[in-house]
Amino acid sequence: MEVLLFGIAKDIVGESSFHFRDGEAMPVSVHELKQKLKHTFPEFGKLSSLAVAVNSEYAEDDKGLKTGDEIAIIPPVSGG
Amino acid sequence: MKEKITIEIVDGIDTSKVFTELSHSNSGGICVFVGAVREFTDNEEVVALEFETYKIMAVKEMEKIANEALNKWKLNRVVIRHAVGKKEVEEPVVVVGASSAHRDACFEACRFLIDTLKERVPIWKKEIFKNKSVWVSAHP
Repeated sequence: MEVLLFGIAKDIVGESSFHFRDGEAMPVSVHELKQKLKHTFPEFGKLSSLAVAVNSEYAEDDKGLKTGDEIAIIPPVSGG
Repeated sequence: MKEKITIEIVDGIDTSKVFTELSHSNSGGICVFVGAVREFTDNEEVVALEFETYKIMAVKEMEKIANEALNKWKLNRVVIRHAVGKKEVEEPVVVVGASSAHRDACFEACRFLIDTLKERVPIWKKEIFKNKSVWVSAHP
């Protein structure tokens, strides 16, 4: 499962994407992914907001994650 | 024939294109908003802004916003165009616009387009100052 990172999320992790490897406990939902991120990188907990996109659509916390989904971490947006 | 909706993420914005894109035989009003790089943020001198995007999703969200505007107002044309990469002071970074038979609809739609873009579209802006750089809005 690949997770894409943008903006400050990329700076926090130090990569533009990361993988959950086979055998590693994969998060089953958006909520669990956020919890894991905040646990591993406490900086995520300090952001104004933290959203997740699944297959390039904003996803609610209860959205399930499947192998093969394109997942992206969406820190607070600031276009315009 | 011109498209009703123009959505684009580009390296550099040519603001002279937007009038032709929005003009329409039944549009008596054309309203455009251009966002540009401002030199000072809280009295600190900005050297440049750097924009990055999750392009596939940003285009999808911009299309949704344009269609929402078409549902809310009677518009003939809608343009949403955002730049990415490093932009210096006074350079345009975003252009949105709408055209309609009368001015009320396009004024309201134009405001909606830029406000909603700022809320939702996955684009991130880093302010580069002389001695530091900051991701805008990242922290409360």
